[in-house]
Amino acid sequence: MNSLLRRLRHELFATPGDAVLSVALLALLTLAMGGLLRWALVQANWAVIQANSTLFAVGRYPAEQQWRLWLLTSLLVGAAGLSWGLLRAHPRADRQGLLWPRNDRVAVGLLAGLAVWLPWALGLTGGIQARWWGLAALLIGLRWLAGRQGASWPPRLLKLVPLVWPLLYLTGMVLIGGGMGVAKVSPSEWGGLLLTLLSASFAILLCFPLGVLLALGRRSELPLLRWASVIYIEFIRGAPLITLLFLGQNIFGFLLPNGLAPERVWRAAWVLTFFAAAYLAEAVRSGLAAVPTGQVEAARSLGLSQARALQHVVLPQALRVALPAMVGQFISLLQDTTLLSLIGLLELLGVARTVMANPEFLGKNAEVYLTLAVLFWCCCAALGLGSRALERRLDPRTVPSR
Amino acid sequence: MPPSSSSKLSPPLPPTGDTPPPWWRDRRVVPWLVQAAVGLVVLLVIAFLLGNLVRNLSAAGLLLTWRWLSQPAGFDLAESIVPFDAGMPYWRGLLAGLANTLRAVVGGLVGATVLGTLAGMAAFSSNGLLRGLARVYVEVVRNIPLLLQLVFWYFVVFLTLPNGAAAFQLPGIVLAKSGLYVAGLAEGLRWQGPHLLNGVWQAPVRLSVEFAALLTGLIIYSGAFIAEVVRGGIAAVPKGQWEAASSLGLRWFTTLRRVVLPQALRVILPGLNTQYISLAKNSSLAVAVGFSDLYSVAETTLNQTGRAVEVYLILLGVYLSLDLLISALMNGLNQLVQIRER
Repeated sequence: MNSLLRRLRHELFATPGDAVLSVALLALLTLAMGGLLRWALVQANWAVIQANSTLFAVGRYPAEQQWRLWLLTSLLVGAAGLSWGLLRAHPRADRQGLLWPRNDRVAVGLLAGLAVWLPWALGLTGGIQARWWGLAALLIGLRWLAGRQGASWPPRLLKLVPLVWPLLYLTGMVLIGGGMGVAKVSPSEWGGLLLTLLSASFAILLCFPLGVLLALGRRSELPLLRWASVIYIEFIRGAPLITLLFLGQNIFGFLLPNGLAPERVWRAAWVLTFFAAAYLAEAVRSGLAAVPTGQVEAARSLGLSQARALQHVVLPQALRVALPAMVGQFISLLQDTTLLSLIGLLELLGVARTVMANPEFLGKNAEVYLTLAVLFWCCCAALGLGSRALERRLDPRTVPSR
Repeated sequence: MPPSSSSKLSPPLPPTGDTPPPWWRDRRVVPWLVQAAVGLVVLLVIAFLLGNLVRNLSAAGLLLTWRWLSQPAGFDLAESIVPFDAGMPYWRGLLAGLANTLRAVVGGLVGATVLGTLAGMAAFSSNGLLRGLARVYVEVVRNIPLLLQLVFWYFVVFLTLPNGAAAFQLPGIVLAKSGLYVAGLAEGLRWQGPHLLNGVWQAPVRLSVEFAALLTGLIIYSGAFIAEVVRGGIAAVPKGQWEAASSLGLRWFTTLRRVVLPQALRVILPGLNTQYISLAKNSSLAVAVGFSDLYSVAETTLNQTGRAVEVYLILLGVYLSLDLLISALMNGLNQLVQIRER
């Protein structure tokens, strides 16, 4: 207690000027927080979120087909629980494996709290509330099971686990869009959070290989490759995303033979991909520049071919250095999906606009925008946290090589 | 050791001088082969796309031409500092949009630089509360999409302001739903503050709420990124500089202004360049708050004329030149602050 007081005095009241500033800031903060709390608890009318929660989640996805999304969510949750548990069962070389480290206990507590509070706050029906509880239980249960048993699994099985994710992505595409015996749901009916996450993940997955190739091209010794990459990167980076998106909607139809042009949603997703690739290339290029030339020379003198040296020596180091910048790009890509609403697609912000155009919910801007802001903030902050954890896991200084 | 096992251990020797490698593996030829292959693929793709473009555009009667630029636009702009009305040609409309864009970019640059520098400096304050606030500001703003912030400022803050006598009033500044009114020089070179005339505010300088919302959003968003750049730059200055300055008896602010910031500037300027360029590009989101910037005029033009390729070429040209202009200015500035070797 005494040390806390001393710290407070040192931090807030070290000099008279500091004291005045602290008191003024504290007063301002109290006023602002009080006003915000009073508004959120008394004045705000959160019915607009409750009544439209399905719309915000999936847009106009047909209700009788929504079981597919539930199935996909439970598959994703299951895979997440499995991977999480296995990560804990096979800890970093320098750490003893704790089944439940402190961060995990906090995370599980938060998840359980959210799973109970959110469906209740959204006023979902009992059946759907129960589904959310089931999903949370599935996640935590699988996490527990994999954490307990994962260490004794045969290594061959463990090698197959990362393959679950790409398989799941393809399965998810089929489940969402239909085909292969499942009824089709046209992309124009996708919306809300579903469309936001789908377009962001599609662009992130595809821009990564494209960006690495462009970065390699830009650093190539062959003038043609270098100039082609430079022109592509600079032209994309020179224009605002909204002009590219708008152009994409208008010009895809002209660039491809009649009838081959993709749906509006896919046009936007491709534009996002091409856009993000140019920025990602710059992030990767900075990573490539950080790898000393001696590394390539050493690899070559060991008899590795140029391609092998790149694959086994240069790229792993470069990508590790570039990781924070790359995740930064992914975060801004997730934020950039809001621009889809400006070309008439119904992602989160687009759905918000249609909801607020409804006379019943006129003037509920503050509630809707604040909810979206919290949602985006959580997604982006989670990505940032994940990136920092991955950085620590990949840092050669903390993980001795085996 | 039997010869068979030795040949297993060591790889076969490369052929010596008398048998040269085949020409397609010659080190002088391979780069050209690779480039020729890549060039061929790129050319084929471009030819395919361009061929389709020309065929489809000519089928739609939209082959590249600039004559439409001098036809009357037929739309009005809510505000513009270059005179413009519906009877004027498209190019005048685009020019008015460009003027509006420049206005937003310059205002945003100045505001975001001031805010970002202050927030970046606050991260090194001796006051823990101020440090924490600077941190919270950066973390909150960077993780929320700019477009969401812009519509928030416009629809939630600026469009719910009171009008008339109930408006927010500070000496020389009035903030109302009808706009932001600032004191200035009126006709006849006399100083005039905002005043009510028949329930409507009047002032020499009036900014529309659209412009004010755009500017607020841009300044607060870019300010957070600039704060990070400034913080990184200050952190790059060795700690000994702070200690030396304070042992000479300099105060915190004087140390920062006279000793640390001049050195940090060399690290800050390149990062600032990036942020300025993205601010210039982000100004195109003005279309979401109904401000007639270049992009929003171009969108209207495209919708009316269908000239996708030409309009896009104009947009690309203008934004690229804007980026290059900012880069050139910042590079010049960067040369000024570099250490001169003597």
